[in-house]
Amino acid sequence: MSGYKAGSNLEKVLKSGQFAFTGECGPPQGANVEHLREKAGHLKGCVDAVNVTDNQTAVVRMSSWAASLILLQEGLEPNFQMVCRDRNRLAIQSDILGVYSLGVRNMLCLSGDHQSFGNHPDAKNVFDIDSMQLIHTVKTMRDDGKFLNGQDVDVPPKLFIGAASNPFAEPFDFRVYRLAKKIAAGADFIQTQCIYNMDRFREFMKRAVDMGLHEKCYILAGVTPMKSVGMALYMAKQVPGMDVPDSLIQRLRGAGKGKVAEEGIRYALEQIEEFKEMEGVAGVHLMAIEWEHRVPEIAERAGVLPRPVV
Amino acid sequence: MSEFKPRIIAFCCSNCASSAANVANGMKKALPDNVKIVQVPCTGRIEVLHLLRPFEEGADGVYVAGCQEDSCQYVNGITQAAKRVAHVKKMLEELDVEPERINLFNLSAGKGQEYVEVAYQMIDTVKNLGPFLPA
Amino acid sequence: MIVAQPKPIKEVLEMVKDFKKILVVGCKGCVTVCNVGGAKEVGILAAAIRIARKRSGQDIEVDEHTLERQCDPEYVDELAETIHEYDAVISIACGVGPQFLSERYPAVRIFPGVNTQFMGGAEAHGIWSERCAGCGTCVVHYFGGLCPIARCSKSLLNGPCGGSSHGKCEISKDVECIWDTIVRKMTEQGRLEELIEFKPPKSWTTARDGGPRRMMREELVK
Repeated sequence: MSGYKAGSNLEKVLKSGQFAFTGECGPPQGANVEHLREKAGHLKGCVDAVNVTDNQTAVVRMSSWAASLILLQEGLEPNFQMVCRDRNRLAIQSDILGVYSLGVRNMLCLSGDHQSFGNHPDAKNVFDIDSMQLIHTVKTMRDDGKFLNGQDVDVPPKLFIGAASNPFAEPFDFRVYRLAKKIAAGADFIQTQCIYNMDRFREFMKRAVDMGLHEKCYILAGVTPMKSVGMALYMAKQVPGMDVPDSLIQRLRGAGKGKVAEEGIRYALEQIEEFKEMEGVAGVHLMAIEWEHRVPEIAERAGVLPRPVV
Repeated sequence: MSEFKPRIIAFCCSNCASSAANVANGMKKALPDNVKIVQVPCTGRIEVLHLLRPFEEGADGVYVAGCQEDSCQYVNGITQAAKRVAHVKKMLEELDVEPERINLFNLSAGKGQEYVEVAYQMIDTVKNLGPFLPA
Repeated sequence: MIVAQPKPIKEVLEMVKDFKKILVVGCKGCVTVCNVGGAKEVGILAAAIRIARKRSGQDIEVDEHTLERQCDPEYVDELAETIHEYDAVISIACGVGPQFLSERYPAVRIFPGVNTQFMGGAEAHGIWSERCAGCGTCVVHYFGGLCPIARCSKSLLNGPCGGSSHGKCEISKDVECIWDTIVRKMTEQGRLEELIEFKPPKSWTTARDGGPRRMMREELVK
């Protein structure tokens, strides 16, 4: 395992220089393990690792660490996620040790959507530390073998550290600096927010490459196929930090009844083709939420199958 | 059973409302005696407490008569008065009192007829609501 | 200053529904400045209570008083002669007021007439917004004179998050994204380097998280 920070499948694929392909699977709003296993099953063999969200949109679901363990049981590699909204630094460090001990090897460090978005808006906000500090915490535990207070960790957790980047949030000019900051704090890989505005993303990547960020960290481009015009409009208007160009909405409208989802997939496939060649992009993160059964087909058509075995 | 004669307090500004009152006088039109006038230099001078006091004392209705929005001599006195009347309407609702018991009317300087009409309009409204105090 | 909001009148009426003689006490401090608890508002609340009671055919005597401040014992003492005549007292000072009154006059029923919200200032006449969360370790100078602890919905020290959009916070179009402002301001000032520096986790021991706080000036204590 020399040369690897954690030795996860995702790390190995990225380090070997091959184009990575990750997916996503949201835990159930309950203890419906069967449904989780079924969704995860669709992704098996199609992706290098699977993001397991953490109370996404501040809606209570089975915890990411538990769902990650279930995925491990199913023979998939989870990207365990942790948000800063719900846990303080004690629980955070504690859970990092817990998941590592049970076989998790990738961890995504996120701020988390504000609780006012979710189904428990009365909750207290934690945010003891922010996502930047969380990245730093995992790195300190892994590489220095120390807790945040400077005390030794008896067996350091070896996790491959991920973070999110939103090239479309504002202020636009600052986003690439924030990415640089996350990489300096210890991020090994980055997944971007789902991309629709290709011009703006090309501009962002150009700046990232100019700063040499792609050499220090693996950048995966986020892709979410549009299923309907309604979805496109919703994302354009209701989701903060999302940039959906009018041209895409028009294209979807023009597809005709019953053909919109296919058009959405075509757009996503075009994007994936471009990302394969784009300088600085090490892979794609496909977020086909509640559409997991379409992932094998999309992966096939994108030409990313079979997945490499390193 | 005697007919209910609502007791109304009317806050009138010294400009439009008063000049309208003078015209009304000249036309030999008067307000009925159950409407008591409180003259103020400008309706903008009226505070929320001034509008609540009459109800504390058992008045059945209150109204404010001032200038049109664009002809207030103190520029935005009537606009402020309108905001305060709206605020008191909300307060009355929260106190389980009918918000129609308080109103604001924009009068014009020479309109004596209107000056009298709004008084009768208010009396009518309040008559339908009944006395402020329970019997 | 401390900014508060009046409690809904129905809630206040419910609090004093069983009482016949009450006192409404205001404060000439912060709550006067934000038009919520000064002498004027004491008058308005007292009038409102009388109107409601009169309407429902019940008796009530409502007296009014405004203290210089309700957070200093010497002013609270002023009520000593008369406060025990009342069945209940409504304090419309900030949350400190009802507590100081309760401590000084334990036999009297004290009720809060306002909901205390934040430390802030006036944006314009009639509009106040939050500026300080009392974290106990002021760091505004690192952020161009702006406070991300109080003004960022997630209290980020290494913001902005990915939800910042058109200068607004993801939680509402009415909430400014303070990080957007911080970044623009410091970029203009040529201080972008400082923002790229990693800000380590904050120690919350000096904030309310560390327990209820006390501040003492030894040289002033007799």
